[in-house]
Amino acid sequence: MKRFIGFIQKEFYHILRDRRSLFILFGMPIVQVLLFGFAITNEINNVDIAILDHSKDATTKEIIAKISASKYFSIKQVIDNEASIEKVFKKGKIKAVLNFEKDFSKKLITDNKATIQILTDATDPNTANTISNYTTSILKNYQQDLNRGIQLSYQIEPKVRLAYNPELKSVFMFVPGVMTVILMLVSAMMTSISITREKELGTMEILLVSPLKPFQVIIGKVVPYILLAVINAIVIILLSLFVFKMPVQGSFMLLGAESILFIINALSLGILISTIASSQQTAMMASLMGLMLPVILLSGFIFPISSMPLPLQILSNIIPAKWFIIIIKGIMLKGVGLNFIWKETLILIGMTLFFITISIKKYKIRLE
Amino acid sequence: MSIIVKNISKSYGQVKALDDISLEVRPGELFGLIGPDGAGKTTLFRILTTLLLPNEGTASVNGFDIVKDYKSIRNNVGYMPGRFSLYQDLTVEENLRFFATIFGTTIKENYDLIRDIYVQIEPFKNRRAGRLSGGMKQKLALSCALIHKPKVLFLDEPTTGVDPVSRKEFWEMLKRLQKQNITIFVSTPYMDEAELCDKIALITDGKILQINTPEAIKASFPKKIYKVRSSETFKLIQDLGTYNKTHSAYPFGEYIHFTSTQSDFQPSELIDYLKANKHNQIEVLETNATIEDTFMELSK
Repeated sequence: MKRFIGFIQKEFYHILRDRRSLFILFGMPIVQVLLFGFAITNEINNVDIAILDHSKDATTKEIIAKISASKYFSIKQVIDNEASIEKVFKKGKIKAVLNFEKDFSKKLITDNKATIQILTDATDPNTANTISNYTTSILKNYQQDLNRGIQLSYQIEPKVRLAYNPELKSVFMFVPGVMTVILMLVSAMMTSISITREKELGTMEILLVSPLKPFQVIIGKVVPYILLAVINAIVIILLSLFVFKMPVQGSFMLLGAESILFIINALSLGILISTIASSQQTAMMASLMGLMLPVILLSGFIFPISSMPLPLQILSNIIPAKWFIIIIKGIMLKGVGLNFIWKETLILIGMTLFFITISIKKYKIRLE
Repeated sequence: MSIIVKNISKSYGQVKALDDISLEVRPGELFGLIGPDGAGKTTLFRILTTLLLPNEGTASVNGFDIVKDYKSIRNNVGYMPGRFSLYQDLTVEENLRFFATIFGTTIKENYDLIRDIYVQIEPFKNRRAGRLSGGMKQKLALSCALIHKPKVLFLDEPTTGVDPVSRKEFWEMLKRLQKQNITIFVSTPYMDEAELCDKIALITDGKILQINTPEAIKASFPKKIYKVRSSETFKLIQDLGTYNKTHSAYPFGEYIHFTSTQSDFQPSELIDYLKANKHNQIEVLETNATIEDTFMELSK
């Protein structure tokens, strides 16, 4: 045990003396959260839209009023025929056109069904996507109110409420993603680099010719990074709590436990990389290309998994980050307990055990 | 026997690094593995320190088999790799303490063993190892390899890249360590260091040429050696090379070591030949064979 503590102490010396890495380690999460929170946003505000209303009845007017009342849209133009749609889009200012069909109210009452066409300018697909989402949710809201009015008469109360993220703040969506990316980066990349550094500098040779057992070396490498990653997770959560006023709905204990599970998962991946890579550079490239890109692209952090082609959707299942994002979104935004996320948790535990087993099997007790 | 190597062979792909090597080292012996770069010295060290598996043959260190009992060997030997392999971002003292700790001991416990060496670097104990000079790095590495009182010490080219004064000091330290009953297995490309070993093995291209005491190896030189000098060294080498009675001619410092193909060779013949080739200040003297002479002769 004394040996093990001595080893961990040495690891801390390495980490604390490498000022540059230390700065990156702690600066990066802060910069990333602020960047994603403030700069990179797919929120929309005061988007210019146009209305094409074929029926001009009470219901459509009500809906139009509702849309213009929201701060997301401002109605800049009212057009009266289909031909004008392309014209307004071509001018480029108008990002969406709402096209109400004829006899809207009548259809709604007799058929229980009326249609609004939402036309968006998809040259900027992200905005277009968001606009259609926002409009749809406003319409759904209106429809709910309408139905509720019918069941409990006289109680039409226009109240916009969007589930989980009432203000549609994108930072709420990004925090779980950024946290996942950072934990993955700190844990996997840093451990794989720190193990391969010993190989590169030749110190692994001496460590091998010593009574230290392989698992002691590996655990000794991992423990300091668990600590660092936990600190990072706490920093990110504090930032989102106090800078972005993002509440954590669920239990902090559960959030912490799940985060540690994910950190261990990422660390075991890092160890796996280091058993294959022979230089720090290879380890870094492997971590960046092999872990970071899938985490950013395939985990549902930026691009919704449901809109990916099927092969990528299937592929996304083997990415631990996907499951972790589901878990922390659940805890942070929806406030769910373990009974809702036990499946994802089990998947993460399974993956972790798998990676650790392979790493131990692949760990070389000799130089070749 | 402290180290027994039996018919060890090792290849990297097509390249045969070690070819049927056998040797024995007695307890408390200072055994030198002498050979040029690429002779296979490091490969043999790595096999004996259980870092590599041989393709053929067996070996044991301190009675432990290098394949089966690799864990016991790792507990009992000290190893100093050819490349400086300490933590550059740790101070001298931290490095030493770290190695003491992982071997389950303390600096204090075995301070006697390393005192002679460590006192020289102790003034710099708070300096980071990466900022030490070459000689001091080697002393620190030796201290770290010794701190757990190993029974066998493996030193792979410990003096490469170290200045002559530090080299001399380093060998004096090894001599002192030997008295503590530590078996020392050391490799070096420097022939002059070979003389300081109890026993040496000359190795080149993965094959052992000869194993014996330095004296016996020198005495085994089959020919008379003459050291030759003239005012023009470069021309001298060329002329000796074309001389019909030359068996070998290698530069040694300011002299050329010359041997003849004739067993009844007389130095006067050579002087006449050199005079005929317009050399001045000619000097031809009989001399004793050095280990390098033997090495060159054997590897011819």
